[in-house]
Amino acid sequence: MSYSVKVIDHYENPRNVGSLDKDDSSVGTGMVGAPACGDVMKLQIKVNKSGVIEDAKFKTYGCGSAIASSSLVTEWVKGKTVDQALSIKNTEIAEELALPPVKIHCSILAEDAIKAAVADYKKKHGE
Amino acid sequence: MDLTADFFALFGLPKTFRLSLSELDSRYRDVQAQVHPDRFANAPEGERRLSMQWATRANEAYLTLKKPLERAKYLLELAGHDLQAESNTAMPADFLMEQMEWREAVMEARAGGDHHELEHLYQRLRGDIDGRYVEVAALLDDARDYALATDRVRRLMFLEKLLYEIDDALASLDD
Repeated sequence: MSYSVKVIDHYENPRNVGSLDKDDSSVGTGMVGAPACGDVMKLQIKVNKSGVIEDAKFKTYGCGSAIASSSLVTEWVKGKTVDQALSIKNTEIAEELALPPVKIHCSILAEDAIKAAVADYKKKHGE
Repeated sequence: MDLTADFFALFGLPKTFRLSLSELDSRYRDVQAQVHPDRFANAPEGERRLSMQWATRANEAYLTLKKPLERAKYLLELAGHDLQAESNTAMPADFLMEQMEWREAVMEARAGGDHHELEHLYQRLRGDIDGRYVEVAALLDDARDYALATDRVRRLMFLEKLLYEIDDALASLDD
């Protein structure tokens, strides 16, 4: 199977790899996994006082498409409010990276990781 | 023979997770011998085609029942329990955290060319996986708790993948 240019770019130069302090009240952490491929993804967002995501980090163990999907969404969520981040759809990720049908689940993983990170942040703030 | 029969029925085996591999092997050889293309070389076209379909079906059945993970997945499918392997990405946080740590350890050992550590990780994981299959056998064959078995099989899918990755890392060091 051949990867698209964008997937290879994100895979070779992943953006925002790393971790944020999960105990920080301004940080939301989302962890998800896809049994189909055994990929595991951790995505964290740091939210400022006006509810805007100012930083995002990820750590993904999986194939190139999974790494590219998480790398891409960390770029996309920065500057968005948490609610705007929730509107990111896996189909947009798949389209941007030109993922083949067998790799669509990688984009689902990335969408679910954002949702989980936002849910964790909201839980910390009693929403 | 009935082409719509499930894989267990095809080999005349009970529909259970616990299974004698030697019995599976011998039943597979029996079916293969019956449908071998050589036996149908001079048979009418229809019969020849049917024997091919049978041979294909028998291969698929054998490969599915032989591997414990595939067998467990197939039993859940027969019981009507969907694993949602692609669509459901929610797993317990402690399990995912543990998976992250495992993968980190494997990556470090691979990068450092640490053959000994990889062997150690492989043996530890192998033991863990074996224990989990004992539990899956009890859930599927004795308790018939398919909901819990589904959760356990989902976890095993991650672990089998990890085992494959360690194996791959070991092979790359051997090169």
